[in-house]
Amino acid sequence: MSETMKVPTMAEYMAEGKVPEVLFWVGCAGSFDDRAKKITKAFVKLLHNANVDFAVLGTEESCTGDPAKRAGNEFLFQMQAVTNIEVMNAYEIKKIVTACPHCFNTLKNEYPSLGGNYEVMHHTQFLKSLLEEGRLAVEGGKFKGKRITFHDPCYLGRANNVYEAPRDLLKKLEVELIEMKRCKQKGLCCGAGGAQMFKEPEPGNKDVNIERTEDALETKPDIIAAGCPFCNTMITDGVKNKEKEDSIEVLDIAELIANAQDL
Amino acid sequence: MQYIPNVLFIIALVVGIGYFTKNIRKVIRNIRLGKDIDRTDNKKERLGNMARIALGQSKMVRRPIAGILHIVVYIGFIIINLEVLEIIIDGILGTHRIFSFLGGFYDFLIGSFEILALLVLIGVILFWARRNVIKLKRFWNPEMKGWPKSDGNLILYFEMVLMTLFLLMNATDLQLQNLGAEHYIKAGSFPVSQYISPLFDGMSESTLFILERGAWWLHILGILVFLNYLYFSKHLHILLAFPNTYYGDLKPKGELDNLEAVTKEVMLMMDPNADPFATPAEDQTEGEPEKFGASDVTDLNWVQLLNSYTCTECGRCTSECPANQTGKKLSPRKIMMDTRDRLKEVGDNIDKNGTFVDDNKQLLNDYITPEELWACTSCNACVEACPVSISPLSIILDMRRYLVMEQSAAPSDLNNMMTNIENNGAPWPFNQMDRLNWSKE
Repeated sequence: MSETMKVPTMAEYMAEGKVPEVLFWVGCAGSFDDRAKKITKAFVKLLHNANVDFAVLGTEESCTGDPAKRAGNEFLFQMQAVTNIEVMNAYEIKKIVTACPHCFNTLKNEYPSLGGNYEVMHHTQFLKSLLEEGRLAVEGGKFKGKRITFHDPCYLGRANNVYEAPRDLLKKLEVELIEMKRCKQKGLCCGAGGAQMFKEPEPGNKDVNIERTEDALETKPDIIAAGCPFCNTMITDGVKNKEKEDSIEVLDIAELIANAQDL
Repeated sequence: MQYIPNVLFIIALVVGIGYFTKNIRKVIRNIRLGKDIDRTDNKKERLGNMARIALGQSKMVRRPIAGILHIVVYIGFIIINLEVLEIIIDGILGTHRIFSFLGGFYDFLIGSFEILALLVLIGVILFWARRNVIKLKRFWNPEMKGWPKSDGNLILYFEMVLMTLFLLMNATDLQLQNLGAEHYIKAGSFPVSQYISPLFDGMSESTLFILERGAWWLHILGILVFLNYLYFSKHLHILLAFPNTYYGDLKPKGELDNLEAVTKEVMLMMDPNADPFATPAEDQTEGEPEKFGASDVTDLNWVQLLNSYTCTECGRCTSECPANQTGKKLSPRKIMMDTRDRLKEVGDNIDKNGTFVDDNKQLLNDYITPEELWACTSCNACVEACPVSISPLSIILDMRRYLVMEQSAAPSDLNNMMTNIENNGAPWPFNQMDRLNWSKE
C-alpha cells in the first residue's frame, strides 16, 4: 500500500489560522508498528470519507506515558504527560480521538489532574457518532454474513465501560456477531497490558495470548475483530501459533468498515 | 443461688463482647497505619454502592450457584440474629422466650428462623462440599494450603454446629412444652424441629431440661466464640464488606492515581523560573524525602489496608486473573492475604514493643516477590471479579513503583522500553521525527 495520504498536522492548521474539529491521536503503535499503521490508515480513510476536519500532532506527538506508568515509572509518565499537555493546550485542543485504548484511557482519565482536559473518544465511539450523524455509511459489503467475534480490549471495556460502540458498528456490517464465552466484563486480557507488551512473560505454562486465541477459535470465526493495536498483535500471533492464519483474519473495526466499502 | 445462670451469662457476654471490641480496635488501629487518602467525596454514590454491593450482594450473583447459596447464608445470618437478641435478654433476666407475648407474630418469627436455619445448614454443607468434595480449583491454589484451608472449613463447621444447636434447642423445647414443664410456655411454631423432636420421645423432663439448656447455652456461647474467632480468621468480611464497599474507588477502573509527590517534582523541573539551588523556605521542614511507591504495608493507604482485612479469600480474583490462569506465580488473592498477614505482624510488633521495632522484614520480598508483581497485565479482571470492591491491582502498582523509582529494579526489557520513551518519545527505538512517515508509505 504505497500511497501518500493527506494528513494535516496541527502546526499546518495553526499556520492557516484554523482549528480542526478533532485531534487524531495516532499513538506509538499507530505511528511505528507495521501492522498498526494499516489500522491508522484505514481510520484516516474513514475520516476523509466522512469529511471530518481532523489533524494530527505528527512529530510533536510523544508517548502518552501509559506503559511507563503501568511499569511503575510515575516520573517518566508525568514528564510525558506534562509535555504532551503543554503541546495540546498550546493548540487549544478540545476533542481527541484515538484508535488505541491505552492512549484513550490515559488521555481521558489520567491527564485531567495534570492540567489536560479534553473530550476523549475511542475511534469506535467516534465512528459510531459519525454513523449516527449520518456522516458515515457503514455497510456489510464483503463481510456480510461472516462469522465475527469481538475481543474486548481491557482498557476500553473493563477500564472504561465501553462495550457497545464496537458491537454496534459490527452489527451495522451485517455480520454474524458471535460472543466468546468470556466477553465484556468477563473478557480475558490478550496479555499485552500493564507494559507486558514490551517484556518477556514471567515463567508459566502458557502464554496469555494463546489462551485468549483459543477462546476466539472456539467460536469458529472467519474474522476476529479487535479494537486495540496491541490486542491485534497478540491475537494475530496466537492465530499464527495455531496455524490458522490462512483461514482467520484479525482485523480492527476501522479496517473492517473501510474494507467493507473498498475504501 | 437461683441467679447463678444469669450472672454466668452476663460474665460470658461481657468477656465475649469485650474481647471482640478489643480486637476490633486493633484492626482499626492497624488500618490507620496506612497513608491518608481522601474518600469523603460523593457520599450519595458511596452509600448507593454499599447498599447495592454489600447489602444487596449484587456482585455475588455473577456466579449464580455460589451467589445464591451465599445470599441464603447471609440472610439467615442476619435474621437469625433477631433470635439471638431474645436469647440475650432471656439470659440476662432469667426469662424464657420473652418475646412470646407477640403471639401469632412470634410463631411466625420462630417458624421463619427455623426454615432459615435449615436453609443455612444446607447452604453451608454445599459450601463445604464445593471445597472438599468437588474441590473447586480456586480453593486449592498454593496460597490456600495450611491455615487458610482449615480456616475456611472451620467457619463452615461452626455454622453447621450453631444451626444444629438452634434446631435441637427448639426440638427439646417443644417436647418440654408438650409435657407442660414449668417455664416452658407454649410459644413458637416449629416447622423444622417438630421432625427432630420425636428423637426425644419418652425422655424424662429432667433429661430434656438438661438437653434444652445445654443446646441453649452452647448456642449462645458458640455465637460468642464465633464472634471472637472473626478477628483471627478471614471472616471479617461480614462486617468490613460494608465500609469497604463504601470507601471503594469510584473512578473508572482504568484510571490510576497520579502520585502527587511526583507531580511536585515534575512541575518544578518544567518550571523555567524554578531555582535549582534554592534553599527550602523557612516554614518547610527538610524531612526525609518522600518514599515513592510501597515496599511495606505502612507505605500503602488505609483503603488498601482495609481491603486486605476485608478479603475473605474467595479467590474469584485469582480464578479470573490471566497471569494465574496461564501458570504464573501471581495470584491477586495472595497479594491481599500477604498484605493482611504482614499488617497483622506489624500490629503485633507494635502491641509487643509499644512502637514498631524494625524486624528486618517487609511486604516486598518477604511476602510478595517481584516475579509476582511483574506478571500483572493490569487488566482489572481481579477488580471486576471482587464481590466487595477490593483492588489488588492498586497494591501491585504501588509496589512496582517502589521497585522502579526507589530501586531501579525493573526487568531489563522494561528498562529498554522506558529509555526509549525518555530518548525518543516511543517505547520502541524510532525517531520522533519519523512519527508521520506512515502517511507517506
